[in-house]
Amino acid sequence: MADSFYINDMEITSRLFMGTAGYPSPEILRQSIEAAQPGMLTVSLRRESKAGKGQAFWNIIKSFDIPVLPNTAGCQSIKEVVATAQMAREIFETNRIKLEIIGDDYTLQPDPYGLLDATRELIGLGFEVYPYMTDDLILAQRLVDLGCDILMPWGAPIGSGRGLNNIYALKLLRDRFPDKTLVVDAGIGAPSHAAAAMELGYDAVLLNTAIAKSAYPPLMARGFAQAVQAGRNGFLAGIIEAQNSGKPSTPLIDRPFWHQEKTG
Amino acid sequence: MQILLNGKPLELEVAINVKDLLEQNGYEGKIVAVACNGEFIPKEAYTDTIIQSDDKIEVVAPMQGG
Repeated sequence: MADSFYINDMEITSRLFMGTAGYPSPEILRQSIEAAQPGMLTVSLRRESKAGKGQAFWNIIKSFDIPVLPNTAGCQSIKEVVATAQMAREIFETNRIKLEIIGDDYTLQPDPYGLLDATRELIGLGFEVYPYMTDDLILAQRLVDLGCDILMPWGAPIGSGRGLNNIYALKLLRDRFPDKTLVVDAGIGAPSHAAAAMELGYDAVLLNTAIAKSAYPPLMARGFAQAVQAGRNGFLAGIIEAQNSGKPSTPLIDRPFWHQEKTG
Repeated sequence: MQILLNGKPLELEVAINVKDLLEQNGYEGKIVAVACNGEFIPKEAYTDTIIQSDDKIEVVAPMQGG
């Protein structure tokens, strides 16, 4: 079933967004993208060597007709964020920017205050901000107030593989922002985590480590694509309410070996 | 004069612009973007932007990211 969606008039054909870092080799990365057919690929900017490492990487990404989402990973000030976003806009020819400002080095928890300041600045410069954020409702509201149409709350710390740490908070965001594009970003470890996010009604999931660091990334990429679709189909179809008591699924009427009580 | 190019010291004998700096350091024709002292330098400004002593130049390219 075709289930594409739109972000600012751009059709997104898969609800799995995939990071491109940490793969065992460029070829494994290529095979993994091929297997997942993701809706978006995250990329970064790093110092280019004279050998031109970045050029080879970019040739792989360009060979796929998949939108890229540049990030600001590693930036430590708003000035660095702005310069990185501007360089990304020139290179990748897009206003999209995954805004990542880390507030704590142990958990890699996003800094909500820096996020708001940088979002204000970037939106003023015409960027389409994809904020990597905690699952805090008020932070989400402030980002929306600043003009964000997309929110990307974490499931758990980056690379932790813990899955969805706070389903209540994630569900609350979905309920309170029914018209915004919501993407669970970070913390997903298993395909079932991705399916669970989609079952909550999230528009997409973004993950990297779970595929890149698995024993066989192309197969894991395919598994995630299937899980995302499975979770999405479940959400669309309407998941039944959980109940405490059991109910037989097979009809009891006309069952064999049924003996009517003797009368008279 | 000395500058920092991607964090490494580089000696320049004469003042040059960003376009020449990129050409002389093997970046010609490559997909790169440039910042000088933390400020983005758009491609259109490469010719008019003259490198000054102690400038910190960053030349970046697409790379893996999550």
